[in-house]
Amino acid sequence: MKRVVILFTISFLFLTVNGQKFITKNGYIGFFSHTPMEDIKGDNNQVNAVLDISTGDMVFLVLVKSFHFEKALMEEHFNENYMESDKFPKSTFRGKITNLSSVDFSKPGKYDVTVNGDLNMHDVTNKISVKGTVEVVQGGVNASSKFNVVPEDYKINIPGVVRDNIAKTLEVTVNMKYAPVESK
Amino acid sequence: MKRLSIFLLFLVLAASLSAQDDLMNMLKDSTSSQTNYTTATFKSTRVINGHSVQMMAPGQLDVRISHRFGRVNLGAYEFFGLDQSNMHFSLEYGITKWLMVGIGRGSYEKTFDGFAKYSILRQSTGARNMPVSVSALTSIAATSLKWADPTRTNYFSSRLSYVGQVMIARKFSPSFSLQLTPTIVHRNLVPTELDPNDIYAVGAGGRMKLTRRISLNAEYFYMINSKKYMSETIYNPFSVGFDIETGGHVFTLLFTNSLQMIEKGFVGETTGNWLKGDIHFGFNISRVFTLKQ
Repeated sequence: MKRVVILFTISFLFLTVNGQKFITKNGYIGFFSHTPMEDIKGDNNQVNAVLDISTGDMVFLVLVKSFHFEKALMEEHFNENYMESDKFPKSTFRGKITNLSSVDFSKPGKYDVTVNGDLNMHDVTNKISVKGTVEVVQGGVNASSKFNVVPEDYKINIPGVVRDNIAKTLEVTVNMKYAPVESK
Repeated sequence: MKRLSIFLLFLVLAASLSAQDDLMNMLKDSTSSQTNYTTATFKSTRVINGHSVQMMAPGQLDVRISHRFGRVNLGAYEFFGLDQSNMHFSLEYGITKWLMVGIGRGSYEKTFDGFAKYSILRQSTGARNMPVSVSALTSIAATSLKWADPTRTNYFSSRLSYVGQVMIARKFSPSFSLQLTPTIVHRNLVPTELDPNDIYAVGAGGRMKLTRRISLNAEYFYMINSKKYMSETIYNPFSVGFDIETGGHVFTLLFTNSLQMIEKGFVGETTGNWLKGDIHFGFNISRVFTLKQ
């Protein structure tokens, strides 16, 4: 019994330390706001993310200032007035694939997944559940998702004068191309 | 035995609980290698009258219209100065991240002006640490007034004056920025022999954000030249105002002792005395258009 527990523990620790992890430093997260007044699109191609395929854990770390816009003023307002990126420079997501068993990481193909987790933005954390796809490809894993975010849920105030220019619900697009973490 | 297995199980539990934190820690290492540039040290390219370190982004056109009314102490007959108006408008464009140019016209002495502003250093943290932002300005102004004495030989160069300026600024916190502005003004022709052709001054400007869209700005230029023997009584310009931002506009509502809105004028030709109430109410309007994305 004693031996079994020790073995189990060691193998588990071994697994969590050396479990199969996939990482990217240039993932894409973008958001889109459509109103009759104007369309606003922010793109971030410097998203850091890790996916642990042994547990289904996935985390994202976004530098808010890395979002870029077609108009320089949009970018300034995004950072200064809405996200307050000097105060809250990072945005994170910690989540878990809930149906990990339906993904076969040894077989290339597309799998639908549901991810539950905590989205932290503008110093507010909300639990979200999003649907996405995981694609197992040669030498890596791709993950993508589209979901909606309501700025008000994150205490991002949009004043009356620009209320008509910014949508109440923003569409967020996530596209990750993970590569395996090289063991040290 | 039992204790050991509980301990080990606890260890397993702890390890799996912190799995996401471990993953997050893997990421934190990689983000520290990026450079984080400070943005929006000032809301617009001006502190109030003088330039700020702020540049127009490439492809953006800033249309600026500014007014300075008469002196507040003119009293009710002149409606506290509002009956008189002095204006300046300019078109300013960002060519690259580090270069912007502008042309303008002011009603005071019917002056045309042009400038180029260069960004030399940008305040940043992270991979590259820079405590301040530094920009430099060169400008030229030409008055188109009729010659005071048409009978003598007049040269076009007599209409010209030049300004060289370095802006050194630091955004100390999201709501507080400060700028030092060493300035040289060269005037080709001055009214009398007593007036220096070269004026040396050091400006100081700052802004304090009151809300996300409103900031309180103040600006002062200290003239190094002795003002004692100049043909006119000259004062150091001091201005205080509010920047109010609404979408693509920045409105600045301000009070100043200077009637002029270009460096050549407010540094070295300011004749108002705050203490006597020689204060002008005025405003700047900046509207930014995106010409090239």
